[in-house]
Amino acid sequence: MSGFPIFPGEASTQAVSTDHITAGLTVLAAIIVLVVFGLVVGFAFRYRNGSRAKRGDLPEWVARDVEIGWTAATAFLALFIVWWTIAASLGSLAPQPGAMEIHVLAKQWMWKTEHPNGAREINALHVPMGEPVRLMMTSQDVIHSFYVPQFRIKQDVLPGRYTHTWFEATKLGTFHLFCTQLCGTEHARMVGDVVVMRPEDYARWSAAQPQGDDIAADGASLFHTLGCAGCHLGSAVHAPQLAGLYGKPVQLADGRSVVADDAFIRDMILKPKANVPAGYEPIMPSFSGLVGDDEILALTAYIRSLKDARETRG
Amino acid sequence: MTDAIAADHPQGLARARDYLHAGSTLRSWLMSTDHKRIAILYGITITVFFLIGGAAITVVRLELVSPNGNFISDDTYNKLFTLHGVIMVWFFLIPSIPNTLGNFLVPLMIGAPDMAFPKLNLASWYINLAGGLFTLAALVAGGVDTGWTFYTPYSTMFSNGNVLLAAFGVFIAGFSSIASGVNFIATIHTLRIAGMGWMRLPLFVWSIYAVSLVMVLATPVLAVTMLLIVAERWFGLPIFDPAHGGDPLLFQHLFWFYSHPAVYIMILPAMGVVTELITCFARRAVFGYTFMVYAMVAIAFIGFFVWGHHMFVSGQSPYASLIFSFLSFVIAVPSAIKVFNWTATLYRGQISFEAPMLYGLGFVGLFTAGGLTGLFLASIPVDVHVHDTYFVVAHFHYIMVGGSVSAFFGGLHFWWPKITGKLYSETWARFAAILMFFGFNFTFFPQFILGYLGMPRRYHVYPPEFQIYHEMSTLGASVLAAAYLLPPVYLGWSMFRGTRAGDNPWGASGLEWQTSSPPPPRNFRSPPALPDTVYDYHAQGKAPAADQASPRRRDSEARQNVDAAR
Amino acid sequence: MTESAAALREPWTSLEDQRRVAMFGMWTFIASEILFFGALFMGFSVVRVLHPAAFAEAAGHTNIWYGSANTAILLTSSFAMVMGLRAADLDLRRLAALCLAVTAVLGLAFLIVKGFEYKDDIDKHLVPGQDFALKAGAAQIFFSFYWGITAVHAVHLTIGIVLVSRLAWLLMRGDIAMRSPQFEVTALYWGFVDIVWITVYPLIYLGGGRS
Ligand code: HEA
Ligand code: HEA
Ligand code: HEC
Ligand code: CUA
Ligand SMILES: [Cu+2]
Repeated sequence: MSGFPIFPGEASTQAVSTDHITAGLTVLAAIIVLVVFGLVVGFAFRYRNGSRAKRGDLPEWVARDVEIGWTAATAFLALFIVWWTIAASLGSLAPQPGAMEIHVLAKQWMWKTEHPNGAREINALHVPMGEPVRLMMTSQDVIHSFYVPQFRIKQDVLPGRYTHTWFEATKLGTFHLFCTQLCGTEHARMVGDVVVMRPEDYARWSAAQPQGDDIAADGASLFHTLGCAGCHLGSAVHAPQLAGLYGKPVQLADGRSVVADDAFIRDMILKPKANVPAGYEPIMPSFSGLVGDDEILALTAYIRSLKDARETRG
Repeated sequence: MTDAIAADHPQGLARARDYLHAGSTLRSWLMSTDHKRIAILYGITITVFFLIGGAAITVVRLELVSPNGNFISDDTYNKLFTLHGVIMVWFFLIPSIPNTLGNFLVPLMIGAPDMAFPKLNLASWYINLAGGLFTLAALVAGGVDTGWTFYTPYSTMFSNGNVLLAAFGVFIAGFSSIASGVNFIATIHTLRIAGMGWMRLPLFVWSIYAVSLVMVLATPVLAVTMLLIVAERWFGLPIFDPAHGGDPLLFQHLFWFYSHPAVYIMILPAMGVVTELITCFARRAVFGYTFMVYAMVAIAFIGFFVWGHHMFVSGQSPYASLIFSFLSFVIAVPSAIKVFNWTATLYRGQISFEAPMLYGLGFVGLFTAGGLTGLFLASIPVDVHVHDTYFVVAHFHYIMVGGSVSAFFGGLHFWWPKITGKLYSETWARFAAILMFFGFNFTFFPQFILGYLGMPRRYHVYPPEFQIYHEMSTLGASVLAAAYLLPPVYLGWSMFRGTRAGDNPWGASGLEWQTSSPPPPRNFRSPPALPDTVYDYHAQGKAPAADQASPRRRDSEARQNVDAAR
Repeated sequence: MTESAAALREPWTSLEDQRRVAMFGMWTFIASEILFFGALFMGFSVVRVLHPAAFAEAAGHTNIWYGSANTAILLTSSFAMVMGLRAADLDLRRLAALCLAVTAVLGLAFLIVKGFEYKDDIDKHLVPGQDFALKAGAAQIFFSFYWGITAVHAVHLTIGIVLVSRLAWLLMRGDIAMRSPQFEVTALYWGFVDIVWITVYPLIYLGGGRS
């Protein structure tokens, strides 16, 4: 706990302009609320039952004119606010040309970012201060949303297409990155840090990042953490051995025969009931929703790497 | 035995003392086509659903006291707020005012013996119940974790929850909405008592009419949306699947095309109720009746064209966003007309502060606050920041809980003597109303700050700096819960021990007050007399002196009745 | 008098009013239905604009013969329906019953043809999923809508058949007053279902370059 924060820090250029609009709207709203509340409370007191207030005539035309008056006034006020906010949002639609481009890949429940020089991060994003940054984002599975409160930016990240947003950080420090589109079980844990550095620090940092990783090794560990090993690596469960499976034709229970390629393995993991190998009970659970696209890629890579052991397959 | 006969034969019905005594068997209730009994059936089911939705969110609020999310699991949390949202929206708030108060009052207010299609009316209750049971089954058998918005592709391809059953339940409930809408429209068009023109319908009836139009024209789109989800999940038809070139935004457009009008389904009837409350307790005809009618119709109409304001950051075209933003501001104008007219109705009134009036005044304040924060959300740069944060949560609870639920309670208290023939304890009722108002603000005001600070919604694990506001909110919610539990107690008590109400305890105008309390099975023993003007307190602009005697007399009569209840 | 009394329902006191409100209610419901199908067609059109080529190709794989035959069948059924209505008006009980029966049978014929068409489609692997016949991804979406729209229409038609057969049956047994508003209301619904098909037909069957 840290007292009563009432205003989030402003750490980007948009933050300042957004807050101007918020402040303007707050003042307007406060005035309207005060007027409405004031009138309600005032009338309620003055015209309470039995009070001595005068309740004289109110000519018909007064009522009508008053009505037209406040309708027009509200309409003008509304138009004014629209004009103001639309002007502001048109201004921030496009980033300055020459912005630095960072790719963001969202997946259940993790942010992966890739810098122009190939440096990669997970659940973190280092950026230089004072430089416009444009984010090119896509998702591997469901819709996520990239949100940095201190920058006042947010953009949904969709599967199958790219969305963009941009910002220019104005403050050094570490800021929250939240996923704000409900994306499944660990939505609330799909968070990260945005670190704003001095440009020279950023240059040093990004040069020092290692690149690349061994994807099949990831797959091997996933194979254990997801529980595949529990069935497929010599257990009491009657499940097929996967060593040497890749690329081989598989006889299915319904008479079809298919080749165990990437698509087959993907289907096996997501929709095991679709292709049941002959001689086995269809008991493998579906992992759909539990594994993301690139985990499937990793698992597939792992299963492919077992290819050499072909002879051991019974 | 005699009861069963009474229920089956109109003649027997007509002889019964009142609709409550027209049969006491379970069958005489479950098979009744009397709109008043069906209203009670709806009343019972929405109360149960409200308690279920409330119980779910109670757990959520407790979980949010601590930032670490260690009391319930991620999955349980997601299922709980989904349960809360789905139940509260579709099975509590949407049917609340239209199907209980509306069902009970619309025929009475227009001097009709029943709805135009009495059997359809009963059928829509059963359909609603069936939908509710399906949804509850889904929530028991595995739960649903998609939020009440069911966004694809999560809901269709990734969620492990029982989306299918839930979507199907909502789909079914939609038919109930459509059936009620058709029924109300037909009733209001054809069953008005002779001499009751459109421009002298009570505004509550107008609000039900407007909301029925929205129900009839928007709900089918929800039905399609749910159907497509079922098709994709069950039959594997890849309609929204991006892997096949499907468009997940198409789903959002369809969903909000229904769900934005749906928020007006939730607020319009509340506006109708509050108008009746304010005019009665201010003892003054509604200010600007015609504008009030136009405003409601305008809200219902423009409400169909603003759905895109839920999608400013979704990736829809920024130019579309601008148009939706503009239209969202346009809709604020008719809303403003309503607020100002309620205020002006108080001017030169004879205001008294019975519990229904407290709810009514509370509504005006909370709706204004909630509506104005809607303008923040309609401003694109601000929405980019606060979209899917607690700011939005606060916005809609201000309108839906502070507004609609308050109005529902106000209406329930106002017409309680008519419905049951009994008076409740005014002291307790006022106490509950005030407690609710403070509990409500205590719960949801902190959420505005929380939202602007950046606290995302649907998060149960959050950075510790937000904790203080969550604690306040939870504390407020317990006050609110306590306040909600009071009315069942004293209202229930009044049913058995309350004093008799008399036909018109508030001295209100309106045909429903001309029949006995509770009304007889066919509503009016003799045709009601249509007063000169729709709100026969004293006409706008006329000095009360002109007919000073009558409101005063009615007033003191009401007061005596109320005093007797204390 | 007894004729009208038999057709009169609560809470109405005159058959004219009852007829008026029944028609009004049905029209209101149809307004709702228009939005229902409208939303489906809208969704279809949106994806079609996104993937024109795939949609044209997929539309080419629908079976235009079945589609056209069904259009003819349904139009004829509407004609029979109108005849029935007129017969009921003129108090010709037997003729009305016959016309309604023909309507229902034509409706059934539509469903049977539809059944053959579905079978054909299944054989040609036009069901989206594992072994879908066409390569373009969006073709699957086309066929998703194809199945969805035609199935929903078939459900509507089935309801219509049940309603019409029921009326025909009641007429045959003499259990229904000739002046009951049910005839008109049912006819209106039938006409609507027919018109939906008239919209579906060009949308789905005529959208493709055929080979
Ligand atoms: C009963 C329900 C209800 C009602 C009536 C409203 C009314 C309004 N809502 Fe609200 N809204 C919801 C329920 C409701 N809303 C819900 C449930 C959500 C979230 C859904 C979800 O994501 O889960 C939501 C979300 C929501 C969003 C999307 C936020 C986001 O997700 O990012 C927006 C954005 O524009 C918005 C705007 C508005 C506006 C402009 C109105 C207007 O109609 C308000 C008009 C009223 C006034 C303006 C007050 C009275 C006027 C005056 C006193 C005069 C002064 C006026 C001027 C100066 C113009 N709402
Ligand atoms: C439509 C009506 C409606 C109503 C009436 C309410 C009522 C309340 N809501 Fe609701 N709320 C929504 C609609 C509504 N809500 C929607 C649509 C969402 C979005 C869901 C989503 O994200 O998908 C939401 C989400 C939502 C959240 C956000 C969750 C999140 O994003 O993580 C919160 C958090 O505080 C909240 C709080 C409350 C509270 C404290 C009440 C209180 O007013 C409730 C008070 C009532 C009670 C406390 C009941 C009292 C009775 C008992 C406790 C009795 C116990 C039980 C038995 C005897 C069986 N709501
Ligand atoms: C409950 C035990 C169980 C678990 C856990 C399990 N599987 Fe399986 N798996 C089976 C069984 C049994 C079959 C064969 C019958 C069937 O289709 O269900 C199978 C079949 C397969 C096949 C096809 C093999 C062949 O010879 O055709 C692949 C590939 C596969 N599983 C991969 C995985 C992966 C990857 C995981 C983890 C993400 C996993 N399985 C988890 C039991 C399991
Ligand atoms: Cu990703 Cu929420
Ligand atoms: Cu909206």
